[in-house]
Amino acid sequence: MASAGQSTDNGTVPGVDPHVTIELLSQPRYLSGARDLVAAVSKRFGFNDSDCGRISLAVDEALCNVIRHGYDRSPDGRIWVRVWPIEEGGEKPAGICVVIDDEAAQVDPTIIKGRDLDDVRPGGLGVYIMREVMTSVHFERRSGQDMGMRLVMTKLIDDQSEKAARHGS
Amino acid sequence: MEVSVERRDGFVVVAPEGDVDLSCARDLQQSLREAMEGSPARVIVDLERVPYMDSSGVATLVEAMQIARKQSTKLVLCAMQDKVRSIFEIARLDRVFTIVQDMEEASTA
Repeated sequence: MASAGQSTDNGTVPGVDPHVTIELLSQPRYLSGARDLVAAVSKRFGFNDSDCGRISLAVDEALCNVIRHGYDRSPDGRIWVRVWPIEEGGEKPAGICVVIDDEAAQVDPTIIKGRDLDDVRPGGLGVYIMREVMTSVHFERRSGQDMGMRLVMTKLIDDQSEKAARHGS
Repeated sequence: MEVSVERRDGFVVVAPEGDVDLSCARDLQQSLREAMEGSPARVIVDLERVPYMDSSGVATLVEAMQIARKQSTKLVLCAMQDKVRSIFEIARLDRVFTIVQDMEEASTA
């Protein structure tokens, strides 16, 4: 099995071909297929059912953001979802790396933030959810392109201690 | 996803069936707005047949809660499946909504 390595926490895309690639149009009707496939692959990588649900939720939220904000609900934009196992030399993967590319207008990645949860109002939860359920989430402009954003997300199978450290507990 | 809206004596039951995501959240939003018309004393959202919900679906429920508060309607969510409860917990909305186990409890909560 090809190794995705450990370098994905800073947004680096693994240097080997993805194990799974999904290309879809920016239409909400394809969300269920994308999240079902990602959940099934996560299960094969060794995640428990709860984490499979959380990973597919993060991918769903990311795709929703591209459809709503990136393509402004235009139905003919293209989105690519690529998946790799994260290998650390063990028999089973240590985690999953998901990269989502689009051809929408580029924005400053530093302004992509989740909202304050104390501000209870409809919308604005997607980025917060992604950061909460994944081990790392990194937005960037696609290099060498005039258009398009890239999102690199990873989740380690045993990331509870890392989460606890991040939350200062 | 299908949504039924049933008016009973003193309350309204909104019962979506299927995944609630960006593809159908507007249908749920419309049904919830319809349920709120006439300022009923109580609106119960029966989530027993909703296996999955993303933040688009959650947003429609937050909007319904805001409408309910303005018109003094009691909004209750019931029979939430684990996957759906998970997103409410992640967003810490389980502390904001009234969430109960079943319809019986929802009619008195």
